[in-house]
Amino acid sequence: MLKRYLKLSEFKLQWSIFAVLVALFTLFIMGAPRIFLAPDMYYSFMSTIPFMTIMALALTPVIICKEIDLSFPSVMGISAWMFASLSASTGNPTLALIISLITGLLAGLLNGILVVKVGIPSLIVTIGTMFFWKGLVLVFSAAGGITLVPLRGTILFQSLVGRIGGVIPAQALWAVGLAFLFWLILNRHKFGTHIYFTGDNIESARMMGIPVNKVKILVFTQLGFFAAFAGILLDLEMSYYWPTSGEGYLLETIAAVFLGGTSAFGGMGTIFGTFIGCIIIGSLESGIISVGLSGYWTNLIYGLVIVISVSIHSILRRRT
Amino acid sequence: MELKNEKLVRMVNISKYFGEVAALRKENFEVGYNEVVGLIGDNGAGKSTLIKILTGVHPPGKGRIYFQGEEITYHSVERARELGIETVYQERALGEQQALWKNIFMGREMTTHLGFLQVKKAKKETERILKEVIGFTAAGLTPDSIVERLSGGEKQGVAIARALHFKAKLIILDEPTMGLSLSETKKVLNFVKGIKEQGKSCIFITHNIYHVYPVADRFVVLDRGRTVGEFIKKDISLEKLVNKLYLVARTGEISQN
Repeated sequence: MLKRYLKLSEFKLQWSIFAVLVALFTLFIMGAPRIFLAPDMYYSFMSTIPFMTIMALALTPVIICKEIDLSFPSVMGISAWMFASLSASTGNPTLALIISLITGLLAGLLNGILVVKVGIPSLIVTIGTMFFWKGLVLVFSAAGGITLVPLRGTILFQSLVGRIGGVIPAQALWAVGLAFLFWLILNRHKFGTHIYFTGDNIESARMMGIPVNKVKILVFTQLGFFAAFAGILLDLEMSYYWPTSGEGYLLETIAAVFLGGTSAFGGMGTIFGTFIGCIIIGSLESGIISVGLSGYWTNLIYGLVIVISVSIHSILRRRT
Repeated sequence: MELKNEKLVRMVNISKYFGEVAALRKENFEVGYNEVVGLIGDNGAGKSTLIKILTGVHPPGKGRIYFQGEEITYHSVERARELGIETVYQERALGEQQALWKNIFMGREMTTHLGFLQVKKAKKETERILKEVIGFTAAGLTPDSIVERLSGGEKQGVAIARALHFKAKLIILDEPTMGLSLSETKKVLNFVKGIKEQGKSCIFITHNIYHVYPVADRFVVLDRGRTVGEFIKKDISLEKLVNKLYLVARTGEISQN
């Protein structure tokens, strides 16, 4: 009786995703102890996983709002190009950084406005903007790369993707710091509460005076901003701009968010879940190869992990 | 200041057309201070149009609205809320997946200057509101309870408590008992009594006369966009009222004698 009203499943859900992570790493350690008991593999994860994590963190509030964005990898791409080409042509990476971030922000804002003011479903709008930004990058860059080697050693480089203490990639700290920031906003700030209510019950949210349109626009805008940030980090980490920047991030990032227990029905989702989801998705491929399976297995195992995890979430939610 | 003969709400000569269709035809409607009005009528009678005009969702086509004696010239949803008009919709009032305390303060969060939530304070206040404002008690219910786990009647209780706490002067309940079991309906009717005890007014929209009869002071029967009957409870028995309603259903008219 006393438990009737409490939602223990939300805690169970976070534990279950954490359990999946522990189980996977146990398998990796058993299958490839020499690789997975040494720190190098983890430093490598810390350098690669943050790009996806930063975007997944920013995508989480969008999905909690019961919206979706498919364009963020393309926004990452255009911002990455913007940063690379501007810092190469002006020699001023700080200016390039600012303009690139603003580009991402505006691209996100555009999505938000098209969804809220023009009234196009976000799935459709962002398919459109996804192609648009991707196409624009190809036109501008003429499919050529840009070297960013001169930026190595600058303060900007060090503070964004340098190696702290010679080993820990700065981007990992950025990802952790941003995870905390997103947690704080979603759980302890009015804006977070508004995001949950907008996704949960938009009619009542509107009735209770929550500015739901503003909430949605802001949520899309910040995703654009953080996609740009991830694009800049990627540029710097690679010290080279590839015209394919952003490709391959779409499904993995979305999968990480859903893996973390965020519901496509809106109103539900946690930053902890997304963070763990990113580690799982981001480490799976290396893990699979390390234990001796061929790369051909990767997609199949991705599929299994996603379907099993999401099924667990669904069952946990249904049981009251 | 409450003037003796002044009403809380007066809607005068309200007409509203949707295209060619008349939703309301020169309708007059009033709610007194501390009065519970049962607004009765079938689907399409104009109940919800009337309420949507009052709550600022629709502009009135023609007519005037007075609140506490003052004419409302520019009406909007925000304006209605500022005045203290709150609507409680059964299905649409709460965020189902969110904690009870967050729902109580939905859109009016207790925050610091920077907008951060004052979680402890809000939870404590939630407990007090539920207990003191409408005498809401249910075993095992805490501010952390998820709304989805509450029964239909309990959800309405939360929504009503919320409205009363935020100084609503008029609470509009839209079909609050629809689809509820007998015991749940009883709970909701008790909450309506709570509104009256708090000295506030209420419009109880329903097509179930049996539910509204015990709690209302006055009944207004709408049919095809106009009032066809108005009864003070103390002048009419439930039986007689039911007969009158059958008459409306058959003929669209009520004989006033």
